[in-house]
Amino acid sequence: MKLNDEEQAMLAGDLGPARQWAMDHQIKVGRLFDAEDLVPVSQAHMMGDPEAVGIGGAEFLENLAAQGAVVEIPTITDPRGVDLNHYSPIGQTEEMATLERRIIAALGRMGVMMTDTCINYQTIMPPIRGEHVAFGDTGVVIYANSACGARSNFEGGPSALAAGLTGRTPRYGLHLDENRRATRRFVVSEQPRGLTDWGVLGAVAGKTAGSYWEVPVIEGLEVMPTSDEMKHLGAAMASYGSTPLFHLVGITPEAPTIAACGGGRLTPEKLTNEMMGAMRSRFGGKGDKLDVVVFAAPQLSLVEMRRLAELSAGASFSVPVLICTAPQVYPDAIRMGFVEKIETAGGKVLVGTCFYNGFAREIGEANGWTRLLSNSAKIVNILGGYGYQPALASMEDCIAAAIKGEVA
Amino acid sequence: MKTLKCHVGMGEKVEADALVAKDNFSARYDLDRIKGVFSRPDHALAGESYHGKVLVFDTAKGGVASAWMLHEMKERGLFPAAILFNRANTILAQGAALANLSMCDRFDDGDVTDLIRTGDRLIVDPSVGEVTILRSG
Repeated sequence: MKLNDEEQAMLAGDLGPARQWAMDHQIKVGRLFDAEDLVPVSQAHMMGDPEAVGIGGAEFLENLAAQGAVVEIPTITDPRGVDLNHYSPIGQTEEMATLERRIIAALGRMGVMMTDTCINYQTIMPPIRGEHVAFGDTGVVIYANSACGARSNFEGGPSALAAGLTGRTPRYGLHLDENRRATRRFVVSEQPRGLTDWGVLGAVAGKTAGSYWEVPVIEGLEVMPTSDEMKHLGAAMASYGSTPLFHLVGITPEAPTIAACGGGRLTPEKLTNEMMGAMRSRFGGKGDKLDVVVFAAPQLSLVEMRRLAELSAGASFSVPVLICTAPQVYPDAIRMGFVEKIETAGGKVLVGTCFYNGFAREIGEANGWTRLLSNSAKIVNILGGYGYQPALASMEDCIAAAIKGEVA
Repeated sequence: MKTLKCHVGMGEKVEADALVAKDNFSARYDLDRIKGVFSRPDHALAGESYHGKVLVFDTAKGGVASAWMLHEMKERGLFPAAILFNRANTILAQGAALANLSMCDRFDDGDVTDLIRTGDRLIVDPSVGEVTILRSG
């Protein structure tokens, strides 16, 4: 890889051991993907939840902090695993909280801003078209690439932190024009209505495309998604397909036409009603017993919190209902009375976390939860591997089920 | 003995037995990292131990967590000897770089999940981009 003088100095250790680690890490990754050089990035967003980081990862971060590491560019964080104001009631242990506190302390010393959110494109600073960034949550990356037209690969926690420390990232993958052209051309056969429908569309497109290196373009949409619907579309597509970028013809910035995103030469493939139906029904059906309802993945926006409050007003849930939102949304949701409505009905709003990255297996075992219902196509995908039998339903149906205690 | 060429990878030269699936891989979605087994019921390797094996998959799937989790698995002492893909994704490559785990992808002779079978004894040499099948499983 071609390195400029400053990058050579980082690699040689002239700018401290932390930047030396970061540059060495970026070169290892860049070489595997044939990156020719590094590209400056304006922001980094890193995932560092305790379940994934582990004790070894916490020690690694503490060592970097002790070496004087300080980030060069604005660096923010993805949801945490433990809401430090509410963890024992949901079955998280003191050990989990302690690990969380260690990670927060180490990242804080490095100047990382603990935003604890996976909806930073709605709440912190959405990137601009063509802006190179190093984002580290698949839902964040796919939204930034697809809806904003910014440029990021999936940067896992260590790589996002390395980008924060060096202010750059290896130039490969989606930083390059040629990898942003459509490779699969999907035609919808039904028009999505509501968040869960958009999530199901994303899940089917992602599952069908099936690789980080495929770029789906979707045509035939007659409805314009809201930001929340794009969020569910992208999060599900990234979860089922490891997909980092999609285009919607006539909607997303790099696809004003099918030809503009390179889709004109591709054979159209129909996403059939059967495919959509199979995605919905593989997660259980009416009358099934219910243990818990979760709204998360991605964290809820203020608009989703408002809708949930409307549905919860005056209700009484017969099973636990957990809601994960961003620390930036929560104060407004309190001020506007949304949290009170939800919690009076028996729900609990968790702040700065996301259910699946907070020791979901241990929480399930501690509470005896297996039958989980959510409106997030992403979370039902992930939790199948964590010992749950998850089911998918719209927000309205999830609330009806929570009141009844079974899948309505 | 047969030698397969691939793209230059990362990590040390290792020798171990292969565990192969025509499936994709995510440390978060598919594993019980406490027990060291594949735990996702619909994964082709459900119930199999991954410790000390050369895992061979089509590609990676899912989210960013695997970038930390490979390191976490190594610290815990239950981790694969190497991972081979037809095509790695960024997250698994980043995770292997942090964990100093051996990883290779892009094989010259076709689909690596056909070229290698479960139980094959392998030498993986990422620095030159070679995987040698010492004997068939």
